[in-house]
Amino acid sequence: MYPAQFDYEKAGSVSEAIDAISGHSDAELIAGGHSLLPTMKSGLAEPEMLVDIGDIDELHGIEHHDGHTHIGAMTRYADVAEDNTLWEEAPVVAETTEMIGDRQVRNRGTVGGNIAHADPASDLPGAVLAADATVHIAGPDGERSVEADDFFHGMYATDVGEDELVTGVQVPHEGTAGAYAKKPNPASGYALVGVAVRLTMDGDTVADARIGANGVMDHGTRLEPAEDAVEGQALSGDSIGAAGDAAGSSLDEYMVMEDQQASAEFRLQLLGAYTERALEAAGERAGVL
Amino acid sequence: MTEQDITLTVNGTEHELSVEPRELLVHTLRDDMGYTGPNVGCETTMCGACTVQMDGDAVKACTVLAVQADGAEITTIEGLSDDGDHPLQESFQEEHGLQCGYCTPGMIMTAADYLEDKPDPDREEIREALEGNICRCTGYQNIVNAVESAAEKMHAEDAAADGGVIEEGGD
Repeated sequence: MYPAQFDYEKAGSVSEAIDAISGHSDAELIAGGHSLLPTMKSGLAEPEMLVDIGDIDELHGIEHHDGHTHIGAMTRYADVAEDNTLWEEAPVVAETTEMIGDRQVRNRGTVGGNIAHADPASDLPGAVLAADATVHIAGPDGERSVEADDFFHGMYATDVGEDELVTGVQVPHEGTAGAYAKKPNPASGYALVGVAVRLTMDGDTVADARIGANGVMDHGTRLEPAEDAVEGQALSGDSIGAAGDAAGSSLDEYMVMEDQQASAEFRLQLLGAYTERALEAAGERAGVL
Repeated sequence: MTEQDITLTVNGTEHELSVEPRELLVHTLRDDMGYTGPNVGCETTMCGACTVQMDGDAVKACTVLAVQADGAEITTIEGLSDDGDHPLQESFQEEHGLQCGYCTPGMIMTAADYLEDKPDPDREEIREALEGNICRCTGYQNIVNAVESAAEKMHAEDAAADGGVIEEGGD
């Protein structure tokens, strides 16, 4: 199962990568390749050229700063899932990467590749939204930053422009109670529904909640009614139940994903249940349940 | 389409070769270089039969381009031990961890990578570690037995190397 033929160039730096794709009408960036290569092998994508950004040193690695962690775009899921500081300071991100794919996939797939690809059933978009992360993007006109809330536009569509690439994700050290709960597709392991939660606690009270969902809409989506249901009060069975009931209430039902695995109606039911599970896990992690 | 020159170190031996950019690592290993340990199963990143180690980490060789692996050190099942006597290889025989054997090289290469990180796993952890490797014969029970048994052997070997003291518990 060979992909169609293409030209290949390995970029040594971000600027080399941007030069290589700029002005090329049909060039794709390849990172770990764990979304792109299966798509190419099945004939759904036939780019004329691949620009490999997997070996660009400046895009690799995790840096801890005062108040935030920077994750280079080419950092693999396995490295994020093993990062003790992220488990402490942004557990929703660490736990989510640990639940992506399988061991071999986590050894190749990258954080930047995941969010730039923006598969609606992927796990990371919800976590990036819940963590209130900032995405760093580089292009011919220099660098810019986009809040996670403005990054995901639609199915496989993000704020990243034609000649741009994601260079990293900045995760604030806030809301150190977090968790990810998902119902995987039994065949692919992708999320039928996945819910990522970040809670900022003030004692026993939830001062701030951010909840991001995967697999439900055509892109990672915040669940604001569920956030409202738990904010400003102690986390309890009642407030968690209310959040589960409210989880899908702001979503346009006719836009909810539907396929041979799960109807929209079933997905919305799962959404409530998995919102509750994620909140419970986050509460347990925070020591308030 | 222009071929690209790459260097792959496979099981300790450095090879220089030219490949088409679209060539998958598993085909390069099997067809160009004769390392037929990694098997071609589903070719869709699901089954894990093609698993090899790339710079020490288990990866699915059907989802890596050979050009992406340029400069990497690859270990296939052929390179895991000199005489097929790695504790995992022995335990898969002893515990009947295979029937047709097609998935076995991938199972063992994933397990070997995993046991480096986690030398003393419980059965549930072994199952999770092998979730990217599919077996259609055994029902997995004996595969888990084999990995568990190999972990114990490797633990005992390490302890022997440390002066014969077997530590209880581990992590």
